[in-house]
Amino acid sequence: MNLKAMNLKTFKGGLHPPDGKEFSATKAIEVCPLPEEIIIPLAQHIGAPAEVCVEVGAKVKKGTLIATARGFVSAPIHASTSGEVIAIEPRLHPMGKALPAIVIKPDGEDAWDENLKGANPDDLSGDELKACIQAAGIVGMGGATFPTHVKLSPPADKQIDTLILNGVECEPYLTADHRMMLEATEQILDGIAILRKVLGIERAVIGIEANKPDAIEKMTKEAAARNIEVQALEVKYPQGAEKQLIDAITGRQVPSGTLPMEVGVVVQNVGTAAAISDAVRLGRPLVERVVTITGPGIKEPKNLLVRIGTPLQFLVDQCEGLNGEPAKIIMGGPMMGQTQLSLETPAIRGTSGLLIFRKEDLPRYEAGPCIRCGRCIGACPIHLQPTAIATYARLDLFDEAEEYHALDCIECGCCTYTCPATLPLVQSIRYAKAAILAKKRTI
Amino acid sequence: MLASVLTLGGIGLFAAVALGIAAKKFAVEIDPRELAILEVLPGANCGACGLPGCGGYAKAIVDGSMAPNLCTPGGSETIEKIAHIMGVEAISADPQIAVVCCQGDNSKASLKYQYLGLEDCNAAQKVADGPKNCPGGCVGLGSCVRACPFDAIEITTEGLAVINRLKCTGCQKCIATCPRSVIKMTPLSTTTHVLCNSTDKGALVRKYCQVGCIACQICKKNAPESYQIEKFLARVDYDSAENPEAVVEKCPTKCIRDFSTGYPEGSSFSAPSPVKKPEQVA
Ligand code: SF4
Ligand code: SF4
Ligand code: SF4
Ligand code: SF4
Repeated sequence: MNLKAMNLKTFKGGLHPPDGKEFSATKAIEVCPLPEEIIIPLAQHIGAPAEVCVEVGAKVKKGTLIATARGFVSAPIHASTSGEVIAIEPRLHPMGKALPAIVIKPDGEDAWDENLKGANPDDLSGDELKACIQAAGIVGMGGATFPTHVKLSPPADKQIDTLILNGVECEPYLTADHRMMLEATEQILDGIAILRKVLGIERAVIGIEANKPDAIEKMTKEAAARNIEVQALEVKYPQGAEKQLIDAITGRQVPSGTLPMEVGVVVQNVGTAAAISDAVRLGRPLVERVVTITGPGIKEPKNLLVRIGTPLQFLVDQCEGLNGEPAKIIMGGPMMGQTQLSLETPAIRGTSGLLIFRKEDLPRYEAGPCIRCGRCIGACPIHLQPTAIATYARLDLFDEAEEYHALDCIECGCCTYTCPATLPLVQSIRYAKAAILAKKRTI
Repeated sequence: MLASVLTLGGIGLFAAVALGIAAKKFAVEIDPRELAILEVLPGANCGACGLPGCGGYAKAIVDGSMAPNLCTPGGSETIEKIAHIMGVEAISADPQIAVVCCQGDNSKASLKYQYLGLEDCNAAQKVADGPKNCPGGCVGLGSCVRACPFDAIEITTEGLAVINRLKCTGCQKCIATCPRSVIKMTPLSTTTHVLCNSTDKGALVRKYCQVGCIACQICKKNAPESYQIEKFLARVDYDSAENPEAVVEKCPTKCIRDFSTGYPEGSSFSAPSPVKKPEQVA
């Protein structure tokens, strides 16, 4: 397929780190076996953590509700296999702290809850479909884990006209969405149809980076019949960031401090669309996801279909183990992922990847002073001045940092990646953001 | 030429006369005592008194809204001078200075992870609650060092903040910035302190720190009037302490330090000479 002729779209700024996708891009999704113990944290989405609704000793089935949503911006949580609840206690969370979690001892049968009933989406109204999605605990699977039903409930004054499906997967190393597009094409397209019905709109565009020609080809072929567009995008990070994706596809700029619905767009990840199809047709809540286990520190990189709550160590074991001494364990991609304290932590709904580097893969340079090269400014997709904000942050001058729009930073990491002085720019900006927000809360 | 000289000269003359009249007419009465007090204050504008600058404090003393003994950096000498200017009796308190209550440096306390980011304790604290396994220990990235207006703090070669007892004025700026609340105000006359800030149980403390307080009660049993134990952490009871240094050697983890015998390892400060309590001076 000739990508040159495909009129690749993109945004201004960004960069292209070596993408490391070759480790796992051609590996078909395998089902991860059952671990000894499943650890399901209550905080797995943006918003209020869920509230436990089972007791220690309770017998649960796969898909049984174990924690209810606390408020609108929250999501319920379900057991990811059948077994017994053996503890409800703080366990090490991917965030790096011990947070409340439900621990399940699998009974080995992995039997779905009999009460889960699917439905034909054609028989349901938009609101009924949305209720299904909410009850299934669907959240953004790209990693941000924002509850999907909230995104699908724009206020009445916001006119939505376009649904964008995010199949960009611009984070280096990750191939979970890529494999989903190849292997779960039907589910994704079905999910898109459901999303269109919920939003009451026609236009749907799937954005895919040009480094996945096979996915573009397959999606284009299957989507044409359903009136869904596929747009190939330039290979550039962070092409998959919501605002950059909207800019590339529709040419609309989401104003500072607002949400995509401001410009009439809703963005959903392709994995989320597939989960929505399962939630409606089979009545199955979100209890498993595809995780890319990869990096030079893994013997046999793989894409695994993982039950939520499976300990990372178990995932490593399924990939023939570690390839040397791990020095950095990242959940998610290398640019925006979360470094883990240990392999004890469980995979959660936002775990798109598990990336392991060894010491020899991580050259370290002493951070030097800023040499005013301006590379960070050129790379910033939001067109900020990272070096200025970071300097203010270091000096604790948070009002100045705010004036330089620190709060608009999407923490993509381009600035830090490109800085020849290896300054911890994003971390400084995040620090400033936290201080600015804390101050706003106290006023 | 002449015209311009005359014009400029004229403007100058007019301005001089106008300013002269204004100075007489709008003169602000400043209490001479206020100026005198401003003279004896250290001029550090450190904020220890509770006001942003020394000028504001001088004014507040004169109009009687604040007590004359609140300038900790100035010490008893300044307080006496102010009292003299105001014509009142000096009520000097035992000066308080700051102490970092932790000795778990990089050689003695274990780390959760290797922190490679911004050199700032507050920024490090945001990353999984800081790189130390101990929830209360000093992380040694020196936010307090940068906050101290009197250059009284250093980071030891092993990565621990240590406060110079001779330089600290008790302004508490370091306390305001430290994310781990490990710096405490203590009376200058007491040189013995429990240098631990972990309220975890002893068994847990032992897992991550060689010099942490394990709440074994030995100090309290040997010197009940000098020590208190709360939440698995011993502290010197500064109100009733007799001679807390007597049990320093008995502490099994050596977490009690008598600063008159020296600062923690890796510090460049030398042991200060003992400071007596104020009533003993009088
Ligand atoms: S300033 Fe923020 S948005 Fe800009 S490059 Fe850096 S991390 Fe990305
Ligand atoms: S990239 Fe680094 S060195 Fe260059 S201007 Fe930005 S902060 Fe300075
Ligand atoms: S005492 Fe507090 S501010 Fe100072 S280095 Fe230690 S942790 Fe940082
Ligand atoms: S060590 Fe702390 S209390 Fe003492 S002078 Fe410095 S900032 Fe003030």
